[in-house]
Amino acid sequence: MTSQVSSPAEQADGAEGAEGTVVGEQRTAGHPGGNGNGKEVRRLDRVIIRFAGDSGDGMQLTGDRFTSETASFGNDLSTLPNFPAEIRAPAGTLPGVSSFQLHFADHDILTPGDAPNVLVAMNPAALKANIGDVPRGAEIIINTDEFTKRPMAKVGYATSPLEDGTLDAYSIHPVPLTTLTVEALKDFGLPRKEAERSKNMFALGLLSWMYHRPTEGTEAFLRQKFAKKPQIAEANVAAFRAGWNFGETTEDFAVSYEVAPATRDFPTGTYRNISGNLALSYGLIAAGRQAELPLYLGSYPITPASDILHELSKHKNFGVRTFQAEDEIAGIGAALGAAFGGSLAVTTTSGPGVALKSETIGLAVSLELPLLIVDIQRGGPSTGLPTKTEQADLLQAMYGRNGEAPVPIVAPRTPADCFDAALDAARIALTYRTPVFLLSDGYLANGSEPWRIPDVADLPDLKTPFAAGPNHELADGTEVFWPYKRDPRTLARPWAVPGTPGLEHRIGGIEKQDGSGNISYDPANHDLMVRTRQAKIDNITVPELTVDDPCGARTLVIGWGSTYGPITAAVRRLRLAGVPIAQAHLRHLNPFPGNLGEVLKRYDKVVVPEMNLGQLATLIRAKYLVDAQSYNQVNGMPFKAEQLATVLKEATDD
Amino acid sequence: MTEAPTLLSLVPKAEAKQSMKDFKSDQEVRWCPGCGDYAVLAAVQGFMPELGLAKENIVFVSGIGCSSRFPYYMNTYGMHSIHGRAPAIATGLATSRRDLSVWVVTGDGDALSIGGNHLIHALRRNVNLKILLFNNRIYGLTKGQYSPTSELGKVTKSTPMGSLDAPFNPVSLALGAEAGFVARTVDSDRKHLTEVLRAAADHQGTALVEIYQNCNIFNDGAFEVLKDKDQAQEAVIRLEHGQPIRFGAEGSKGVVRNQRTGDLEVVTVTPENESRILVHDANGASPTTAFALSRLADPDTLHQTPIGVFRSVGRPVYDTLMAEQLETAVDQHGKGDLASLLTGNDTWTVVG
Repeated sequence: MTSQVSSPAEQADGAEGAEGTVVGEQRTAGHPGGNGNGKEVRRLDRVIIRFAGDSGDGMQLTGDRFTSETASFGNDLSTLPNFPAEIRAPAGTLPGVSSFQLHFADHDILTPGDAPNVLVAMNPAALKANIGDVPRGAEIIINTDEFTKRPMAKVGYATSPLEDGTLDAYSIHPVPLTTLTVEALKDFGLPRKEAERSKNMFALGLLSWMYHRPTEGTEAFLRQKFAKKPQIAEANVAAFRAGWNFGETTEDFAVSYEVAPATRDFPTGTYRNISGNLALSYGLIAAGRQAELPLYLGSYPITPASDILHELSKHKNFGVRTFQAEDEIAGIGAALGAAFGGSLAVTTTSGPGVALKSETIGLAVSLELPLLIVDIQRGGPSTGLPTKTEQADLLQAMYGRNGEAPVPIVAPRTPADCFDAALDAARIALTYRTPVFLLSDGYLANGSEPWRIPDVADLPDLKTPFAAGPNHELADGTEVFWPYKRDPRTLARPWAVPGTPGLEHRIGGIEKQDGSGNISYDPANHDLMVRTRQAKIDNITVPELTVDDPCGARTLVIGWGSTYGPITAAVRRLRLAGVPIAQAHLRHLNPFPGNLGEVLKRYDKVVVPEMNLGQLATLIRAKYLVDAQSYNQVNGMPFKAEQLATVLKEATDD
Repeated sequence: MTEAPTLLSLVPKAEAKQSMKDFKSDQEVRWCPGCGDYAVLAAVQGFMPELGLAKENIVFVSGIGCSSRFPYYMNTYGMHSIHGRAPAIATGLATSRRDLSVWVVTGDGDALSIGGNHLIHALRRNVNLKILLFNNRIYGLTKGQYSPTSELGKVTKSTPMGSLDAPFNPVSLALGAEAGFVARTVDSDRKHLTEVLRAAADHQGTALVEIYQNCNIFNDGAFEVLKDKDQAQEAVIRLEHGQPIRFGAEGSKGVVRNQRTGDLEVVTVTPENESRILVHDANGASPTTAFALSRLADPDTLHQTPIGVFRSVGRPVYDTLMAEQLETAVDQHGKGDLASLLTGNDTWTVVG
């Protein structure tokens, strides 16, 4: 959940607890028997769980369900799905490992957590791929059925790590998950292979018991998901319950944990859990409604943006048209055509798709039509790391076109913030009749967090009137329509849609005469038009940058996009340790907030953490002549709070 | 699916009688003097009043190339876009605004080289677009390189020793891409051009009209064999639905099906074979015969070039289907309610 970073209820997000490697506060909650079986129940303030298994083991589904249970329980949470680009990498191999990390707490948290307190390893590959991230002393639940010779050999375990002392530093729970699942389902008469597939639900049941998660939601979900195969639905429910009961009865699990709801850190309201791509999709639908315009999506499937195409395709009853084009270029082409016709037009893609769309974005700049370009950034260059996150498309969005072709850029900071960012991007596109980049990334897209559902009555009014009649009088007194006569305040040109009598006009990518819009090769006119298009973007109204600086720091950390969570968590850690540091986070990358230069100059030192090689830092240094220092990571994963805290601490030291 | 009597019925009618003049914009036409584009422009401007549509509901979309300047000269809505992308842009417009009559103007380079992908997908999708493909078998705007319809061995600035790649036959290509309506006409034959435009306008879905157009600067006389009165008699095969396919002096030649190969061939008509002369059926469900007709022309000499409507069959129209899905969604789920969408099924409440 996002909250004011200087809130008095501020707590360290992921700070090490007193128990050293055991993250978070662990207290013995003096009510043994709370789980009805005399077992000990401990209260924790927060927990990080990672489910890891083979791509085919259903780890993402398991994580999603645990997340839903946790959300409905009222914890704050943040998730990090992590999966390979291959749909089914060879079974049991390291590249085939898929994982889902979930951080949940009784207070406001900002990241999916640095290191898991609990790892669920469904096979040797999952253990091997993840053990390096697991701190000593953490709990590891291992599916022992998979630790046989061949699967272990496949990932290079010569001897069983369960027996050779490799895991001595951890608290190990060996559980024959597959055998127990098959045993629990023996009355269903399913083929063994089919029964084994429910082992993820057994694991989910066990973890749900360990952390006192509500279970009704998962049971209802399974019955709905397998509505057409009731036997499979019931088998999964049975496996889920068996997992719960296993925790309840077996002596290996002597303790269960409670993490209280995070109510005191949540403003009042109704909440749901939401992922970035879902929030962004809803933001687009809301923008169409608030603009009273039909929403049109032209798109070509690409990871990690396709979910927006899928989601919007479900909502045709909102008048949403989704067009799956033959390629990226046609996706934006169709969107631009729809924009010309008066739709709120959107194209969704990732970095490689932006590259293909560049020429059409330039055309949109020249036509001055509203258009949203949603870029869910992933690792690049080229195909890069399709399922991993990165922020390396900033300069592509900023400059990646021929000619002087300025495009506003809006970047959400958390999964839920994608909703507001989509509305903001639509506001700019419609008000200024311009293409706008919405730069999300793979981490925001797939990660999720609680979202306070807004009251639709409070959403911004985005109504944009179309041109209805002539707007210019010629010297002879004739009333005419000039498609490039601008609003003096916004410099936007009129949006005159086909079907409007008397406003017939032609627009194109060739330079146009100021005002009339007729083709013009006049040098002075081109100079004027280039400067005017730039001025229009430079003059876009964006909110002033707010700085969170409660104790008069000399060092400012500034970021953009999805680094908000880890940066804020790191800043909290420093302040808890008595180190003053100021924080600011940019939503608007083009134009920058008007006070950015002044803010930067207020500090002795400016640090810019980015998941690229310093793209925002480059922009800042060029524009404001400030010696901004980059801290960069491009490993496909979000920053860890601890890592940033260390870096920021060092920055404040010298 | 329910097919409206004609999709044009969704486009508002003109209130007053229109003339050719109503469709001329105030922009000076800037094609080279003698360019075939002038004739096509005049034919289109002359034909438009016949449609009787409100001109504010007509949109011309083009790509890049000489022909793509066309929208500037039409007093309708228009967009001169970027190279090859007009079908994609027009698709977005036509699928979001069924009250518009959307025309695409493109050339052999624009449609078949850089924009080949968009063209074939527009055709297979059957969006309600009328695509006018001006084929002059050369790149004019970039000053005379060979194009994807140039004959093999074409000597141009970029191919001083002759081009090495075989040309596309746009009609064959369109038929292969599942086009429901494919026709060919010639810039200089105003009457034929207008007839073909009329048939295209009446068609429900994507219509592709290939217009042979002379570039008098870089490829002059490319279609002379089809235009010169004497040569044309032997070179041009005029296709008319329901009529035997005959050409040559006094219909001395005809098209028959080779009984052995199933292919089409040209024969001299005799009393013995007259009954075997193929009767043109543009509405046949299978595109096979239309395709065979498209292969009669010699790509080098253009001898035996059929013109007219090769194929005109109804297929489900993408924009109609898209609109129907929107209606069905409302019927099934009710009109979308934003508040309930945002709320979803899984919420919790925090009270102060």
